[in-house]
Amino acid sequence: MIRLEKRPQPSRAWSMATPLVAVLATMFFGGLLFAVLGKPPVEAIRTIFWEPLFGEFSFYYRPQLLVKGAPLVLIAIGLSLGFRAGIWNIGAEGQYIMGAICGAGAGLAFYPADSFLIFPLMVVAGALGGWAWAMIPAVLKTRFGTNEILVSLMLVYVAEQFLASVSLGLLKNPEGFGFPGSRNLQSWDSAHNAELIAGTGMHWGVVAALIAVIFAYVLLNRHMTGYHIRLTGEAPRAAKFAGVNPTRLVLFCLGTSGALAGLAGLFEVSGPSGQISIDFNVGYGFTAIIVAFLGRLHPVGILLAGGLMALTYIGGDIAQSNLQLPAAAIQVFQGMLLFFLLAFDLLTNFRIAIGKPEVA
Amino acid sequence: MKLTNLLTSAAVALGLAAGAAMADTTKVGFVYVGPVGDGGWTYEHDQGRKAVEAEFGDQVETVYVENVAEGPDAERVMTQMALEGADLIFTTSFGYMDPTINVAKKFPNVKFEHATGYKRADNVSTYSARFYEGRAVQGTIAGHMTESNIVGYIGSYPIPEVIRGINSAYIHAKKVNPDVQFKVVWAFTWFDPAKEADAAKVLIEQGADVILQHTDSTAPQAAAQNAGNVITFGQASDMSEYAPKPRVSSIIDNWAPYYVARTKAVIDGTWESVDTWDGIGAGMVEIGEITDAVPAEVKEAALAIKDSIANGTYHPFTGPLKKQDGSDWLAEGEVADDGTLAGMNFYVEGIEGDIPQ
Amino acid sequence: MDLSAINPVLLIASLMVAATPLLLAAIGELVVEKAGVLNLGVEGMMIVGAIAGFATAVESGSPLLGFVAAAFAGAALSILFAILTQFAQANQVASGLSLTLFGLGLSALMGQTYVGIKPPRMGDIHLPVLSDLPVVGPILFGHDIILYFGIALTAAVWWVLKYSRLGLVLRAVGENHDAAHALGYKVLKIRLLAIMFGGACAGLGGAYISLIRVPQWTEGMTAGIGWIALALVVFASWKPWRALLGAYLFGGVTVVQLNLQAAGVAIPVEYLAMSPYLITILVLVILSADKSSAPASLGRNFHASR
Repeated sequence: MIRLEKRPQPSRAWSMATPLVAVLATMFFGGLLFAVLGKPPVEAIRTIFWEPLFGEFSFYYRPQLLVKGAPLVLIAIGLSLGFRAGIWNIGAEGQYIMGAICGAGAGLAFYPADSFLIFPLMVVAGALGGWAWAMIPAVLKTRFGTNEILVSLMLVYVAEQFLASVSLGLLKNPEGFGFPGSRNLQSWDSAHNAELIAGTGMHWGVVAALIAVIFAYVLLNRHMTGYHIRLTGEAPRAAKFAGVNPTRLVLFCLGTSGALAGLAGLFEVSGPSGQISIDFNVGYGFTAIIVAFLGRLHPVGILLAGGLMALTYIGGDIAQSNLQLPAAAIQVFQGMLLFFLLAFDLLTNFRIAIGKPEVA
Repeated sequence: MKLTNLLTSAAVALGLAAGAAMADTTKVGFVYVGPVGDGGWTYEHDQGRKAVEAEFGDQVETVYVENVAEGPDAERVMTQMALEGADLIFTTSFGYMDPTINVAKKFPNVKFEHATGYKRADNVSTYSARFYEGRAVQGTIAGHMTESNIVGYIGSYPIPEVIRGINSAYIHAKKVNPDVQFKVVWAFTWFDPAKEADAAKVLIEQGADVILQHTDSTAPQAAAQNAGNVITFGQASDMSEYAPKPRVSSIIDNWAPYYVARTKAVIDGTWESVDTWDGIGAGMVEIGEITDAVPAEVKEAALAIKDSIANGTYHPFTGPLKKQDGSDWLAEGEVADDGTLAGMNFYVEGIEGDIPQ
Repeated sequence: MDLSAINPVLLIASLMVAATPLLLAAIGELVVEKAGVLNLGVEGMMIVGAIAGFATAVESGSPLLGFVAAAFAGAALSILFAILTQFAQANQVASGLSLTLFGLGLSALMGQTYVGIKPPRMGDIHLPVLSDLPVVGPILFGHDIILYFGIALTAAVWWVLKYSRLGLVLRAVGENHDAAHALGYKVLKIRLLAIMFGGACAGLGGAYISLIRVPQWTEGMTAGIGWIALALVVFASWKPWRALLGAYLFGGVTVVQLNLQAAGVAIPVEYLAMSPYLITILVLVILSADKSSAPASLGRNFHASR
């Protein structure tokens, strides 16, 4: 009889090894899938995982990994704080949108002024926008006990409509011949979140993501609030006795994650994306939830998970173009990768035992 | 600008290498905003790609990437295609405009074709279709056919493209039926078949017996079929599975002739940056077969409009026309200029309701 | 503005149709959550059901067979989730999200050859006399059979949860899986069955969209309805009849806002388009005064340590 036995301590060795095992398993089954679709399996896997990192044009793709991964990491770090405490913000997509709108709006109000103060102002406005949007579920939860999962999710759709509205109205580029979408911030130096060193992909959003990782690490390991977060997640009753103020914790976790998501939106709109448009958001807020869990809610894990997700996106697009794999196959492949990563995590916390259980 | 140099030299190096290896193959890339299985916008662009392959066979290699989000993802995919040696890249969504210009700067030897935008460069052409010409034909049929005098119109977002279509359809419906009234519903989504179905039902329930749609799903067709005495028009693709009724005709996006011509220009070395805005005459906008559910004289009137637009004797926006607020727009015999049309953000006189701002 | 153009009878009849996919998916998820499992993969299971049902209906010519296939496909996909969360002890939120991603891709692959095809039509039932009654006829007696099935399913789930032994066990497992285990209930088996039931319902909901409400197949056609269904469960505080009410409310707000637009009401459209979500939040706030809370073990994995 095969049983699972809970390890007294999570296995460090397995927690390092499982991601590798999962990636290998995905390569195998993904390869099978590609073969069934009539595409060269080895070539496809190589394209997805190898090409962006070490291929002929990796000088271009490596910086792109930072561009694609930074918003994911930035948002996921914020979410992980709440998730650890059992506070479920799944509306980061909406906070990302609102951050971008507020940040870009604050900047565009001064167009075409030339001042080094404009970009910092946009950063503050972006963070505030995301924060405020997250405060709605936070306040409703603390005041009325309303479920934050739902309210934050509903607010994503509201934010999307709002985005469409400002793209067509308030923030529409007056010189855009009536087409929707704001001015392009890339062509306005005061507001442009440009690469800090050309060709590296390093923009302020990447810097912010790295700072957030360190900040979260310190907070969780060295700070009272971090201790409260972990305690609330692991032992809610004990947390109550330890004097954790749940209202403050909810406000802190949702507010922080909202502000970080808002920042991610601002850095995206002022940098790689350049403008507010109807389809500005591309699902970073939802993907970040997966990234947070893939990273086991640990700051360093999230950093790695964000990189891995970015890799599959970029490699997936290359495989589409070079091998004519349908986008759907890439999606299935990503789904598989997530499944295996989640499933094999079992080995970290449990060991597989054969035979009868010992009497406890 | 180190990266630019690096990219350019890589492209040049690759161009040389590729040139030596397969001198005769022209590589054509397509960037799609939706899935090729959307049965509408992206589907028709992909039909154009297939036409290019069929036309030139081994002379060309086509590649595409679907579901590419507007913004940095699009920029990356275009760069990647250029790096991999594409000679010509079609970017098929309005939101790809700035990314296309950005990438084109880095790859001066690669030709770019951006659909529906207004920014050009030495190696960037723009192209779009005058769908409003097709709307004129639809409006004519709608005006004749409606008995309730209520025509329903499902819009996606209030952008010039859609507003132009509403105006054109209204002008021509009104011409043949002075009592006609348009009810416009904005779905505020590019793609949500269930919502489109609801919108069509709502319009039918409020008395519309003709439904025009500027959304790509067949949901409104099915709703009309269930309702019985309602007619519709196919949008983007022919939707002939709903013919002869409710679908009595359609506007088909036909990109194939343009894609073939532009690819040929690259092969021949005659490619130049142009701004193309073609309509029925050039075959970019096709009118799907008008079915027998339409009386012969109506069909004749519709075809007459179509022919006069095709041979250039008639422009759908010909004065006298006033704007919704009653101010003059076009004097007697005056024809709208393309600039105004491209950025159209007002209704013509007679349409009720406001454009959401 | 011409509000008289809105026909309330037709409005109610069409909001019932608009609400049915939501209701089907929500009832399934409700049972899953009652068993203490949070499956965020509803959207993925719906879309797989949509294509499985569509393909089967097209190939066999029978919409009913399509619905059966959709239920099986949804259930089959949900088994993946069950393996992950019940056997491999993976986090439920992440597993559900992954399931959605996987389902969206899988459905697109399955549906490649079904774009632009019209499925066989499912007729509305027509009862002599009854269906022709004014007002109540179109509302109560003029729909397709699946719509009635949805309502019947709601009633059945309500009854089972409230009065049957099965419902008692299910709730026990959802409230406190350790205690249920100590009492000798097979927690994993019950949860597996609940998850499969949820998958089957989501599949049916998806097929309702692709076979009746739209009807056609295009990639990603569920367009977020699975997420709304998730919201609906919490909105309903895990009560079947409230889920029905919520589905009608939600479907209704969308239909009403489109009606108001068509009638020319001068409210900015984007705010009308937001209204279903805002009203949901508002109702949530009002309902949260009711303290009947979530199943206590919701989202927590169970491992029999003894």
